[in-house]
Amino acid sequence: MPLLDVQNLRVTFVTEDGEVKAVDNVSFSVEPGETVAVVGESGSGKSVTALSLARLVPIPPARYDGGKILFDGKDLFSMGRRELQAMRGAKISYVFQEPSTSLNPVFRVRNQIAEAIHLHRHDVKDVRAEILHLLDLVGIRDAARVMDAYPHQLSGGMQQRVMIAMAIACRPALLVADEPTTALDVTIQAQILELLRELRKKLGMAVLLITHNFAIVANIADRVLVMYHGKIVEQGTVAEVLRHPKHPYTKALLACIPKLGTKQRRLPVIDHELLASQQP
Amino acid sequence: MFNYFLRRLLYAVPVVFGVMLLTFVLFFMVQSPRMMAKRNLGPKATPQAVENWLHNRGYDKPLFFNTSPGKSWYDSLFFNHMRSLIMFDLGDSDSTGERVSTKFKKGAVPSLLITVPAFVLGLYLSLVTSLFLAFVRKSKLDVGGVIACVVLMSVPIMVYVIVGQWLIAVQLSWLPAFGFTPSGLTTAKFLMLPVLVYVCAGLGGDVRLFRAIFLEEVHQDYVRTAQAKGASHGRVLFVHVLKNGMIALITLVVASLPFLIMGSLVIENFFGIPGLGSLTLDATRTSDFAVMRASVYLGSLLYLFGLLLTDLCYASVDPRIRFK
Ligand SMILES: Nc1ncnc2c1ncn2[C@@H]1O[C@H](COP(=O)(O)OP(=O)(O)O)[C@@H](O)[C@H]1O
Ligand SMILES: [Mg+2]
Repeated sequence: MPLLDVQNLRVTFVTEDGEVKAVDNVSFSVEPGETVAVVGESGSGKSVTALSLARLVPIPPARYDGGKILFDGKDLFSMGRRELQAMRGAKISYVFQEPSTSLNPVFRVRNQIAEAIHLHRHDVKDVRAEILHLLDLVGIRDAARVMDAYPHQLSGGMQQRVMIAMAIACRPALLVADEPTTALDVTIQAQILELLRELRKKLGMAVLLITHNFAIVANIADRVLVMYHGKIVEQGTVAEVLRHPKHPYTKALLACIPKLGTKQRRLPVIDHELLASQQP
Repeated sequence: MFNYFLRRLLYAVPVVFGVMLLTFVLFFMVQSPRMMAKRNLGPKATPQAVENWLHNRGYDKPLFFNTSPGKSWYDSLFFNHMRSLIMFDLGDSDSTGERVSTKFKKGAVPSLLITVPAFVLGLYLSLVTSLFLAFVRKSKLDVGGVIACVVLMSVPIMVYVIVGQWLIAVQLSWLPAFGFTPSGLTTAKFLMLPVLVYVCAGLGGDVRLFRAIFLEEVHQDYVRTAQAKGASHGRVLFVHVLKNGMIALITLVVASLPFLIMGSLVIENFFGIPGLGSLTLDATRTSDFAVMRASVYLGSLLYLFGLLLTDLCYASVDPRIRFK
């Protein structure tokens, strides 16, 4: 049985300019321990899909228009509020794009991680030791200092490590990382991705990694979903999709990856009109 | 930190000086010291009595600069009064001759008896109500709440006074309408109505403002993080949002703290409470310049003190702020 099974999910945003089908009939599944990458350009519905998995999309302006989300075989849409809250952070947890705004600016790191522990893990006696352990897991050396810091006193990379420590505090079965490196420097990006890969191995959790950057997919993911205009236009193993992309949009995305050692003056630009005319 | 306070203090000097200058100009534009003397001594006063009155109080000096030969240029009304005020010598009342400082001490107590309970109660009610409205945002309850706020805001304070006195004191006779006896339980009973009126008059505006501040916070990324951690709605609101919202609130609330001592002009006047508010109002009525300049002076000092207090509180809640 898959850990996560999404069937025909539809999410619509109601705005002043009309309705936007942010997620349009999306189906996919994630097996326990598997890393699945979701690729697509900005606005293609990746974040809304990700947030839906714990029913975190704000309603209104959004509306769930049908479909099913089964987590561990349980239907998310038939869960009550308490049941949902018990699941969030415990079984499925999130790392977001902007660590600087995603952490609460007025609480110390220690208290923010402690909150994640207090909410779900009543068995932990020594919370401080657990926090130190978590900070060690995410590769923070001077944990004692970081613990007492406020978010703004840390670098972006450190902040994201703290976010990850918070997300794994309850050893979730699924970690959803929504463009976790987009806001970071290039050198830090690689470190954070390496950390995610390492943690997945250590903790045996499944990872849903969202990115608009195909280049990072090959190293880390088992499978890839390609999203375009709220739809999944292609999915398969990394090897399949990278070597033999079927959909024209995937081909166009792949053409945008700069290759080392090749001389390219300009990166190709995706021609949306052409793509639309080729849509099956 | 020390530099910061020194700078604040230096910045206060021109502000206070400017405010006092304006007060002097405005007051003596309307009336001369001679008119003040006649008003206080009555129409039958002899010219000699007027001269004596002026001389005893220093009102026979020129207003700003002394140009008479043999006198220093600053031997004038303005500079002499400023010198005493700086030393916190508030002088004697021009109408009763009582020490102004004694008058203020007597007036501060009734003023604070109204404003402090009203402030605490009002702040508590507005915080809870605005958080609740932010919690049920965009529902019918929220819309109804906002409409109620606008209605509360649009009603002039006089209407609260009149309706309060008529309904609660006259029709229902629950509480006394007027008069202030400074003794125990009767005082407490009497104070309830003015406090209630004071709270009602401010509630609508505060709730609307606080609600807007909290709604601003509700859309921040850290709120989504807290929800993703599995925090309940109540916890997200009362822990995460409240503490962030407090930062914006504090600037508004703390700056007004020192003014509690000045009381409320309208309420003290209508309920016959001998506080600093009615003291100031009486001073304008009787041309008591000594009391007026002292209240303006203390008022501007309190204002600056409020700003300083705001900065201090700001720095203590918001870890991102440090004094430079
Ligand atoms: N809060 C919102 N209000 C209105 N529309 C939204 C909101 N959030 C997302 N959308 C719409 O949903 C679509 C998908 O957005 P998103 O999932 O954030 O894209 P991605 O993460 O792939 O960049 C976009 O077209 C956007 O217009
Ligand atoms: Mg996104």
